[in-house]
Amino acid sequence: MYWRLALSSIKAQMQYKLSFGLSAAGQLAGTAIEILGIWALFTRFGSLPHWSLSEVCLFYGVVNVGFAVADGMATGFDHFGVDYVRTGNFDRLLVRPRGLILQLLAHELAIRRLGRLVQGLIVMVWALTDLGIDLEWPMIVFLIYTIIGGTCLFLGLFVFQAALSFWTVESLEVMNTLTYGGVESSQYPLSIYDDWFRKFFTYVVPLACVAYFPILLLLDKTDPLGSSRLFQLLAPVAGYLFLAAAILAFSRGVRHYTSTGN
Amino acid sequence: MVKYTGWFMSQILVKDLSKTFSVAQRQPGLVGAIRGLFSRVYSEVHALNNVSFTIDPGELVGYIGPNGAGKSTTIKILAGILVPTSGECLINGRTPWRQRRDHVADIGVVFGQRSQLWWDLPVIESFELLRDIYRVPPQVYRESSAELIHMMDIESVLDTPVRMLSLGQRMRCDLVASLLHRPSILFLDEPTIGLDAVSKLAVREFVRQLNQQHGVTVILTTHDMDDIEALCRRIVVIGAGTILNDGDLAGLRRKINPERRLKVEFADNPVSISMLDSGQVLTEKTVRVVGHEGNTLHLAFDPGKITTTDLIHHISSRFAVKDLFVENPPIEELIAQLYGDTRVDKVSDV
Repeated sequence: MYWRLALSSIKAQMQYKLSFGLSAAGQLAGTAIEILGIWALFTRFGSLPHWSLSEVCLFYGVVNVGFAVADGMATGFDHFGVDYVRTGNFDRLLVRPRGLILQLLAHELAIRRLGRLVQGLIVMVWALTDLGIDLEWPMIVFLIYTIIGGTCLFLGLFVFQAALSFWTVESLEVMNTLTYGGVESSQYPLSIYDDWFRKFFTYVVPLACVAYFPILLLLDKTDPLGSSRLFQLLAPVAGYLFLAAAILAFSRGVRHYTSTGN
Repeated sequence: MVKYTGWFMSQILVKDLSKTFSVAQRQPGLVGAIRGLFSRVYSEVHALNNVSFTIDPGELVGYIGPNGAGKSTTIKILAGILVPTSGECLINGRTPWRQRRDHVADIGVVFGQRSQLWWDLPVIESFELLRDIYRVPPQVYRESSAELIHMMDIESVLDTPVRMLSLGQRMRCDLVASLLHRPSILFLDEPTIGLDAVSKLAVREFVRQLNQQHGVTVILTTHDMDDIEALCRRIVVIGAGTILNDGDLAGLRRKINPERRLKVEFADNPVSISMLDSGQVLTEKTVRVVGHEGNTLHLAFDPGKITTTDLIHHISSRFAVKDLFVENPPIEELIAQLYGDTRVDKVSDV
């Protein structure tokens, strides 16, 4: 059913061909400028201590691929407060014999996010080649497990945002700081940041666990912050757990909704 | 605990259903808003108070009441959207809010103001998506879609995106969409709101056929008296969260107010009641003026005291009349009288 719905949403988006083309192109251009920015920083100021341009590009690629997939799937959650709670359209989902999470994921598969996805993949592959990392099976599996961890984490942020909209009708712009700001900041190695910032992105919103730590393992590089290899190996699990916690919060929200209406 | 023991029992069983909402009181002004962030004063709104009724398979029941009376709350509970504060409800042997998915697979819901179709997709594709969502077997889908599409006469709009349909066309499609999975119960929440006369008639005819030929149980909420008169043998009236009356329409009128209305449009100048009733005959027969605008007078009379023909004769023999209209008092008034005071609009429509 998910694919039927997702396909239909793509068809619906194709009805506005110009708008689709423009937003996909815009995404591509936007992310291209980001890359240019990183490159400019490096050529202008030499390098970050301990980190080369291609290493930073690997961070960029992994984070953006994970985020692009989550962003494309999560439109239903991203617009949840406005599209479902405030309008009462959530009632519609409740009178259908299917799980609510599945129905919301199927709300729209936003193909305009393809721009970021393609860009992220290109940068990631280029970085891997440039760094001469041997892509053997265990590495590929580990990379995919890391990227999915990232997707789960970003999905979790969207689901949390949706869960909050059961309680407040105010716009949740502050959550965008976390999602989009998170993408921006996890593109750079964690070690360049302040201590409180690192703690936040390790223990509260564990973005470092799906980018910084596993990529150290991938690069076979010693962590200036001193994390162990075992920790780096297990770190992406935090992304999966984060999504699970978000789903729990969402079902609490549903219980709140069904006892109070809107 | 009410036990559902067999098919011969009521299909819908509602017992002592109550729903209380806590509503945060907003205080005026900026200071109030800031104070509201820290300590909120809650007031309790009793949307439903011990509502009980049963509905048998194949019934067509009108569920009416003014805004805020508890109609929507009841429908939402029956549809599995809201959980009541207390009380029981069994529909086809299931408790809607505990067995949501199984329950909703066997009901159809149409909200008049909110479409269930996909805005940007052609109608037929919405139907196909619903087929997948409800897991309707292909054979069943082929038969029921063909039949429903024919009954509602929507062949010509099947390939049109929903956003380009008129309200009437959309409502027809919505009705078909809600029935593709062959539910045994259909909830219609104001299905004729905003529709033109032709579409209203088509919707009514469709609902009647569905009920009579296919035995689908229908629960209809509406503000349109004509819907009720055309369709419902049984009406449940709710006011301020309590069932006020449960029976047929004629019984309701007799019970509350036998009065009827006569709308007279005069050919020339406005006519006042004193001119109209120079011989005091009408006052004697308890004919009253309940309103006038321009050349039109609205009269209320009791057919038990003066027949409609006598009243019309009395007026038209003395004045030049351009147009006449006999009608029943609006349902809202009937219910307001049934309720007996003005608390009707106090609670918002939740």
